[in-house]
Amino acid sequence: MVKKRVIPCLDVAGGRVVKGVRFEQLRDVGDPIELATRYSELAADELVFLDITATLEDRGPTLELVERAAEELSIPFTVGGGVSGLEDARALLRAGADKVAVNRAAFEDPAMLTALADEFGAQAVVCAVDARGGEVVTHAGRNPRGRHAVDWAQEAVARGAGEILLTSIDADGTRAGYDLALTASVSDAVSVPVIASGGAGEAKHLADAFAVGAEAALVASIVHERPERLRELKAELREAGWPVRS
Amino acid sequence: MRVVIADYGGGNLRSVSSALARAGCEPVVSIDGVEVREAALAVIAGVGHVESAARGLAAQGLDEAIVDRAAAGRPVLGICVGMQLLCGESEEGGRGLGLLDAPVRRLRSRRVPHMGWNTLRPTRPSVLLDGLEDDDVYFAHSYAVDPAAADVTVAQVEHDGVVVAAVESGPLAGVQFHPERSGVAGARLLANVVRWSRSV
Repeated sequence: MVKKRVIPCLDVAGGRVVKGVRFEQLRDVGDPIELATRYSELAADELVFLDITATLEDRGPTLELVERAAEELSIPFTVGGGVSGLEDARALLRAGADKVAVNRAAFEDPAMLTALADEFGAQAVVCAVDARGGEVVTHAGRNPRGRHAVDWAQEAVARGAGEILLTSIDADGTRAGYDLALTASVSDAVSVPVIASGGAGEAKHLADAFAVGAEAALVASIVHERPERLRELKAELREAGWPVRS
Repeated sequence: MRVVIADYGGGNLRSVSSALARAGCEPVVSIDGVEVREAALAVIAGVGHVESAARGLAAQGLDEAIVDRAAAGRPVLGICVGMQLLCGESEEGGRGLGLLDAPVRRLRSRRVPHMGWNTLRPTRPSVLLDGLEDDDVYFAHSYAVDPAAADVTVAQVEHDGVVVAAVESGPLAGVQFHPERSGVAGARLLANVVRWSRSV
């Protein structure tokens, strides 16, 4: 049986890992490669690097970080933030990213997902869906788009996305638990794996997300504060009976 | 040991190259047919659609180089799509090099792609799997070798049914998972591949 995944997410701004609450109040939590290597040693199943200022600053993610990560890491990693089309995605995959996460660009041009999947395979295409009150939002939560997240996730998968990274902006950084209703409805509506994101505070929150259908759970602030927490979270999940890699 | 990674334009060769270097090899990424034909070990790796990968290989003449070296008994490792390229007809559309008599089918599991860490179950002894019984390795794929190809299968995993995880036949080895992204277990697999390639 495929294991449930625990995935530290590194929000990167200006070459540093940052963390905020509801995408605001950013503070510096470290060097991306140093943190990534540490998480890899602590049995992270995958990593996600999100360049959270790339779309706002209208530029693509930095390739140098991806190249370093590819050489240093021996676990898979996804890169997102500012991926605007095939050329960006190709450059990231060539630089060593295992998957690319696309958000706004895919929402505005869903055919892009098909082009990506045709060229790189669906397994390399992650559609990031940010939602507030169930509605899709883009530009780091600033722009509401007037469409339900379930509806968009279904189309994204039909178009070629191989995974949905579902972030609840309401829950992000609160440590009060994932948005389980949203996670459940998206997981039920699509056949690809769903990664729950936003709100992790304790092992029970991850277990709750798995119980409603998520294949993976993103964690950020709780592990950035004390990376060893990652190993503890996974041990607690195993004790609770979840298939989690040690 | 000099290992050539066939560059068909599909990406993600940097991680494979780094992992092979960590395993003590001298990896080189190449589009040169002679190099791909003659190296001590050739690796076909990467992500992508099997058809675009096959087209990419053919565009550089690397398909013939791989077929020639296999016919001469020189070892080839296929990783993920590279493993599917060693096979014949694929349900994804298109076909591989037909070196392994095994069709490639879409997974019938509830969640596809099969994405994440899964536990290897060896089905017959192979040097490729030394020390890897019950280890977790990383998968990311929607298509796989048909489980009916039991004669070449050396390991499988469970994902709503059997998924072929590794094959070995003469000078050909294939892994559906990503050793370059499977931590310590992946490093061991690559070290085993190096040993295997010397014994082929």
